[in-house]
Amino acid sequence: MASAQLQVQYTDLRQQSETAQLGMWVFIATEVLFFGSLIWAYVVYRTAYPLQFRLAGHDSVILLGSINQVILLTSSLTMVLAIRAARAQRQRQLLDLLLLTALLGVAFLGVKGYEYSLDAASHAVPVLDFLFKPGYRPPAEMFWTFYFIATGLHALHLTIGIVLVLILAARAARGAFSRGYDAPLEVIGLYWSFVDTVWLFLFACIYPLGRSLS
Amino acid sequence: MSAPAAEPVGPYVIAWLVLLLLLGVSVASAYLPIGAWHPVMSFGIAATQAAIVFLIFMRLRGRPSLKWVFAGAGFFWLFLLFAMSAVDYFTRSGYPLRP
Amino acid sequence: MSTSAADLGSYIGSENTLSSWLLTRDHKRIALLFFASITVFFFVGGFAATLIRLHLVNPAGTLLQKEVYNRVFTMHGIVMVWFFLIPSIPATLGNFLLPLMIGARDLAFPRLNLFSWYLFNASGLLALYFLLVGGVDTGWTFYTPYSTLFANGHVIPAVVAVFINGFSTIATALNFVVTTHKLRAPGMTWFRLPLFVWAIYATSIIMLLATPVLAMTLALVALERLAGLGIFDPRLGGDPLLFQHMFWFYSHPAVYIMILPAMGVVSEIITCFARRPVFGYQGMCFALVAIAVIGFFVWGHHMFTTGISLTSAVVFSLMSFIVAVPSAIKVFNWTATLHNARIHFEAPMLYALGFIGLFTLGGLTGLVLATLSSDIHLQDTYFVVAHFHFIMVGGTVTAYFGGLHYWWPKITGRHYPEMWGRAAAILMFAGFSVTFFPQFIVGYLGMPRRYYTYPAEWQIWNVLSSAGASILALGYLLPLGYLPWSLCYGRRAEANPWGATGLEWQTASPPPTHNFEHTPRVTRGPYGYDPRDGSFVAQNGASRG
Repeated sequence: MASAQLQVQYTDLRQQSETAQLGMWVFIATEVLFFGSLIWAYVVYRTAYPLQFRLAGHDSVILLGSINQVILLTSSLTMVLAIRAARAQRQRQLLDLLLLTALLGVAFLGVKGYEYSLDAASHAVPVLDFLFKPGYRPPAEMFWTFYFIATGLHALHLTIGIVLVLILAARAARGAFSRGYDAPLEVIGLYWSFVDTVWLFLFACIYPLGRSLS
Repeated sequence: MSAPAAEPVGPYVIAWLVLLLLLGVSVASAYLPIGAWHPVMSFGIAATQAAIVFLIFMRLRGRPSLKWVFAGAGFFWLFLLFAMSAVDYFTRSGYPLRP
Repeated sequence: MSTSAADLGSYIGSENTLSSWLLTRDHKRIALLFFASITVFFFVGGFAATLIRLHLVNPAGTLLQKEVYNRVFTMHGIVMVWFFLIPSIPATLGNFLLPLMIGARDLAFPRLNLFSWYLFNASGLLALYFLLVGGVDTGWTFYTPYSTLFANGHVIPAVVAVFINGFSTIATALNFVVTTHKLRAPGMTWFRLPLFVWAIYATSIIMLLATPVLAMTLALVALERLAGLGIFDPRLGGDPLLFQHMFWFYSHPAVYIMILPAMGVVSEIITCFARRPVFGYQGMCFALVAIAVIGFFVWGHHMFTTGISLTSAVVFSLMSFIVAVPSAIKVFNWTATLHNARIHFEAPMLYALGFIGLFTLGGLTGLVLATLSSDIHLQDTYFVVAHFHFIMVGGTVTAYFGGLHYWWPKITGRHYPEMWGRAAAILMFAGFSVTFFPQFIVGYLGMPRRYYTYPAEWQIWNVLSSAGASILALGYLLPLGYLPWSLCYGRRAEANPWGATGLEWQTASPPPTHNFEHTPRVTRGPYGYDPRDGSFVAQNGASRG
């Protein structure tokens, strides 16, 4: 497949491409409200139980959370550089950067999985195996409930993103983006960077808690 | 027919470096004894990082446009949810909640 | 069924294999697919309503056992809200008309449109599954901690079905918003758009901003129930009211999702059948947007008696009064449009007039409920039930049928039988009034909602209400007969049988697959009617004296 088909309701490919991007921004707005309402519930409880949340948050693995943020930020960079390569019609570079983006996404999931195993080992999994450490009361478990729901949903969105990027890579390998048609890259790039943005806020919710002495 | 020149890579790399720097500030400030300023720092830095991602990586920079409206609408509406339910939570007699 | 050259070139006749319908990208065919689905759900929800009204004839409540009664009213609410009312006008009339009205050949994302229909059906089938295997008894509002800790019905499949339905809603709304921004024909500026387009646009904005919050809320309920997590459980530090804040943040705007498209339909019908431009067009546009926006600030009025602070209750009460203002502006403007007009009383106009009366009464009773002091008495009584049925049934369903009749010739190329149409409209209005007006009275007297029995002294009101329901049912059954009849035997319709000004009337009835032979050029605003002689100028300049 060499280039896009102009759909009958559009006057030109540029209008079609801009419309697709606008559509993705609208979708991103809905995702802001989806994750945002979860964060809101978290804020309500954190404000109600500041000490419990600090105690529980102290046990989150900030090293792995930070490594994951570095991974995702870098993947946003590789994604936007891939789009840049497509616009300059550098097919090899495009393919390499797309694959690198997907690889970084998989690396994130790997680190996350390892982090989950550490969380489980320290008995931080609610309901199944939760250990109330000294000073803990029920709201401490609430912190971990949010941790698993939020990071689980984020990982699901990231997995979808990885699949989409790999599909783009397959199409790029067949030369689909070799003639200036890059609308799908732009649109998926927006989604990818948005998933990265969600992680920025989740990081702020989860990892900095309870580290200082005050 | 030659391919179009690639746009400069500078802004993207600089943005990436700034983002990593902000991550470092966020982690470092978590260990400082700043008390009630902790959430301000962490969420403030997250919001700054998000703005950089939106403006640079998601190419919102340039003239304010329809995309800006949609990009901002989600956050603004979220703020409404926060603000109006906060009125209840902060004026309720049973808050903080008692487990 | 006889065919003609016109039929063969239209979107209906062009290709008739099963896959050409089930895999279509044509917004007009997708509108018909949605129409079929929501009609099924309308009658499922109506069946539940029939059971409720039959049961309530007897104060001792002997028809259904109490657990069954609770499951029946829950089913009625869930099916009617999410599987009928919310998609009704947008997914059928909106899908069909939006591209036509703006002069486009299709929506921005046709495959997404089809996907929305499949999501809708998947969610609907899941919902029907849980009904068949025993149902849910939480009420359509799924309040915690009952839904998460104590209810023993199929809460999880129910909330998952609604969650998936939410994706369908978001997909459709995204399509509509982007289409309105990007695909308007040359010359179609924002203030030349028909009010129906403004209404669908405002509705879509609400859908996009509210539905994701519902999705998260229901996901949390499902997770809490599935895994025993303590999100809304007071024993574990949770706040049941947080659920209500999150739920009503969506569900109050949801009622504006249900009413705004109806208002758009009514504006189109009134201008055409009064042969006058609408009074205060820009005011009507701003009123639609104002309702959509302010509607997000009022959700706490569902929670006045639940334990929220008095301060926030006052704030929500004030906002609820304010949101009534743009609605009232619309009613005044419709009335002004009708004043001194030469009104034609075909069936669509009868529905529109019925809408104005019933919506106004329903809206005024909303103010009674928004008043904190009276709400203490009226909360959870039949006064509330009557209020929202006046808006949703007397308002939205009436407008839906009005729009169906008004655009029937355009959609099918056939006229419905006019006398039957008028009879159905009158029966619906009469049946509705007898069904729901007594509920204001008995609610004011104190009869609580969601109870399977009631004191014997209120039986007269309940019997009256159930009798009215039988008339209303007859009103709904009539179109189920004569509309399909008209497909085969109805008089063939020309392109513009009503003499209306919108772009949708400037193409054949039914339209060709790609809507217009040539992209229209818009030269004027909507509603170019001349009240002196009923002549008009259409939006593309075509005129008829």
